[in-house]
Amino acid sequence: MINKQDVQHIAKLARLGLKETEIKKFQKDLSSILDYFNSLKKVDVSNVEPSFHPVEHYFKERLDIMRQDRAESQPEQVADKLIAAAPDKKKRHIKVKAVFK
Amino acid sequence: MNNLTIVQTHKGLLEKKFSALELTKFFLNKIKKRDKKIFAFITVTDDLAISQAKEVDKLISAEKKIPILAGVPVAVKDNILVKELKATCASKILENYVAPYDATCIKKLKELGAVILGKTNLDEFAMGSSTEHSAFFPTKNPHDLTRVPGGSSGGSAAAVAADLCCYALGSDTGGSIRQPASFCGVVGLKPTYGAVSRYGLIAFASSLDQIGPITKTAEDAQIVFNAISGKDPLDSTSVESPKLQTTNYKLQTIKIGIPKEYFVEGMDKEVEKMVKEAIKKIEEMGAKIEEISLPHTEYALPVYYIIMPSEASANLARYDGIKYGLSKSNRDLLSVYLKSRGDGFGDEVKRRIMLGTYALSAGYYDAYYLKAQKVRTLIRQDFDKAFKKVDAIFTPTSPFTAFKFGEKIKDPLSMYLSDIFTASVNLVGLPAVSAPIGFKGKLPVGLQIIGKPFEENKILEISKIYA
Repeated sequence: MINKQDVQHIAKLARLGLKETEIKKFQKDLSSILDYFNSLKKVDVSNVEPSFHPVEHYFKERLDIMRQDRAESQPEQVADKLIAAAPDKKKRHIKVKAVFK
Repeated sequence: MNNLTIVQTHKGLLEKKFSALELTKFFLNKIKKRDKKIFAFITVTDDLAISQAKEVDKLISAEKKIPILAGVPVAVKDNILVKELKATCASKILENYVAPYDATCIKKLKELGAVILGKTNLDEFAMGSSTEHSAFFPTKNPHDLTRVPGGSSGGSAAAVAADLCCYALGSDTGGSIRQPASFCGVVGLKPTYGAVSRYGLIAFASSLDQIGPITKTAEDAQIVFNAISGKDPLDSTSVESPKLQTTNYKLQTIKIGIPKEYFVEGMDKEVEKMVKEAIKKIEEMGAKIEEISLPHTEYALPVYYIIMPSEASANLARYDGIKYGLSKSNRDLLSVYLKSRGDGFGDEVKRRIMLGTYALSAGYYDAYYLKAQKVRTLIRQDFDKAFKKVDAIFTPTSPFTAFKFGEKIKDPLSMYLSDIFTASVNLVGLPAVSAPIGFKGKLPVGLQIIGKPFEENKILEISKIYA
């Protein structure tokens, strides 16, 4: 059983504001789900490589090709739409609350 | 104009039995009447559909050749972006979010003249197996309104089953196309990982997510798959499917593998019997049936429930109350994050973010995430080995038929077990179809057909025996 402090710590890492009732419920839920994961303990994975891409091994060439690190300009209308989606803005700037008091 | 497949619709349009506009109005009307009981749609897009239909009618009256999907009405899961339409993901955090661009699959469909009727319901952020986790309302199963349509693409599957569209798009991370297709008695295809671009699909678990069609027939699924697949520069994990001769095969030489681990205790006896009858049917047509073993099957679900929430917790970090979506705050930056996310996400989404954050946090990464990725390799090796011997693998899509509302919602683990036969396929990236094989009472039963990478057309060809 994971304790209340663990749940609060994870919630903070995940930036989730949880109510007291939620913290209690997740303590119970997460514990039973984590117990369920315990079956993996008996699997021997020594000398097994992890799979990060499900079908990578079917291809001869590498799939994790990086694009050039270069800004590609978009039409003004696209930028306008993206700015319009921001909840708090001033002209073409997105406003962010202060980090420090 | 009832119960038209894509192929029949195309024929009807060419023969001028109806115009694209008449057909579109027929569907919009039907949605207005019937969707009051089914709740498949979050948004109905009358204006867009009508303008798209008129464009197709212009081409037809000018005697121009039209693509097979032109004028054919489609419904789109509400986690796929359609420019200038809301994309809510069935979440309060995106309730008023308007898509600034088209997903690649939508761009392709629009170029082919598709008529978009609206956006369909899902479990919030595609996390769930029943649509009960939608922040707005649950969708009802058209075959029995007291039961769930499956999920997460429950709105899309119900819309196709209730004939509120000709076909629909869904997304599948652990069974979200196949399980609702099975519960609603329609065809659902999860393509090979990378076969369809994920650009414009709201990211959930990026190494598992795929967009795919939900249709009335296997032939329709082939048409839609061939239209939306292909490499896309905007999704670096997308690939050009190798050109395979997958349609010219003889049933007499085909080998079907039946994994013994997939016929388990606790499975619905009637479902098991019907799946075995479906296997018998293809055997009588000349296919060879072979029992196979996928020994790491029992670990697939725990591996899935570590990898999926881990990727989800990272993907959903973007909902910060600053760039777009719900924003709530009173004080400093941290409170914007805590309050926007705390109020905006539903119970199941929070649970998975918490799980994923835990599995990726310092001290637990090796024990959970890395271990799961290694067991994933073992699961993949099981499938590789099996596919050296057989051409396709048959399993039930789900161990049971559509369940009642409220039956599993209180116990997350029992809901997770709905994915037991489908999630392993996402872990290994293979293509799989759910094909309807009949009814238990009034509830549909689905057969899952798993294929080798990029053999979508072959498993759909096999599915034609059933649908």
